[in-house]
Amino acid sequence: MATNLEKVVSLARKNSIWPLPFATSCCGIEFMATAASHYDLARFGAERMSFSPRQCDLMMVMGTIAKKMAPIVKQVYLQMAEPRWVLAMGACACSGGIFDSYPVLQGIDQIIPVDVYVPGCPPRPEAVLDGFMKIQDLVNAEGLRRRHSDQYKDLMAGYGIQ
Amino acid sequence: MTNETIQQKLTEKFPDQLTDWQEPYGMLTFTVPKDLNLKVLQFLFDDTELRFRFLTDLQAVHYPDNKGAELAVVYHLHNLVDNVRIRFKVFTDIEKPDVFSATALYSAANFMERETYDFYGVNFIGHPNLIRILNVEEMDYFPMRKEFPLEEQSRVDKDDEMFGR
Repeated sequence: MATNLEKVVSLARKNSIWPLPFATSCCGIEFMATAASHYDLARFGAERMSFSPRQCDLMMVMGTIAKKMAPIVKQVYLQMAEPRWVLAMGACACSGGIFDSYPVLQGIDQIIPVDVYVPGCPPRPEAVLDGFMKIQDLVNAEGLRRRHSDQYKDLMAGYGIQ
Repeated sequence: MTNETIQQKLTEKFPDQLTDWQEPYGMLTFTVPKDLNLKVLQFLFDDTELRFRFLTDLQAVHYPDNKGAELAVVYHLHNLVDNVRIRFKVFTDIEKPDVFSATALYSAANFMERETYDFYGVNFIGHPNLIRILNVEEMDYFPMRKEFPLEEQSRVDKDDEMFGR
């Protein structure tokens, strides 16, 4: 049930999402284009890209994640403070992409829970903005108590996160 | 300094030990027996005319049909002053792939030998820290050897329902 406080908090949260650009490869460059002036990401509230997980809301994983990089992605995710969201940008982060091979992690959802998947190789900046807007919708619809619910705890337990 | 003079100097120093002289695309290439790789490297480094003092690349090739000499470790050297490149190969058995490490002479060989170990399993004797460099440490096979089927049937990291095998 959306109370007035929830509406205000959701409005504030969704219009000021500070992303952590976990940019690994080509999608990182495409993200730089999205954040530049032509397809400005700052208009959606993502003015301050934080590279510290403690200070960000949204981790955007952009690029191929090798199996050697997987524990690092997980570590960065664990360091994020609640409420936190994850956006998987590009085919490699969603499912391993064209690299159907031994060193590549076949999708980051094998190690961390993902909220929005943006397909593409790389996705056009408009697609990234669309994914970002979907994150905004999720932030808006999320209640204040979701992170304390049993369902959420079970989700985290499924990934081995306390 | 031409390929002929280099070949002549090498055959003077190492008579009858260096074989298979070729010049693909103009780069002199020869084969060195396994025990002599450091001596050849040192000679090419110290000689005042040859001066091959830059290790461009150190890699391996797996020839599965070459029984007894399956793994070839390939050294690419460059003479920066006269702009001459040279290549030599060291063949080793896949059962016991021990090759002397070039880290004492070239620091660049450190990471390159780790990569060669990681992907082909070549054991470099005398290397200070021979562990995997690009793959995960728990991996127990050597990926670039040509002994794997195209699609591994027992892989667990891809969801068959989603990717339809």
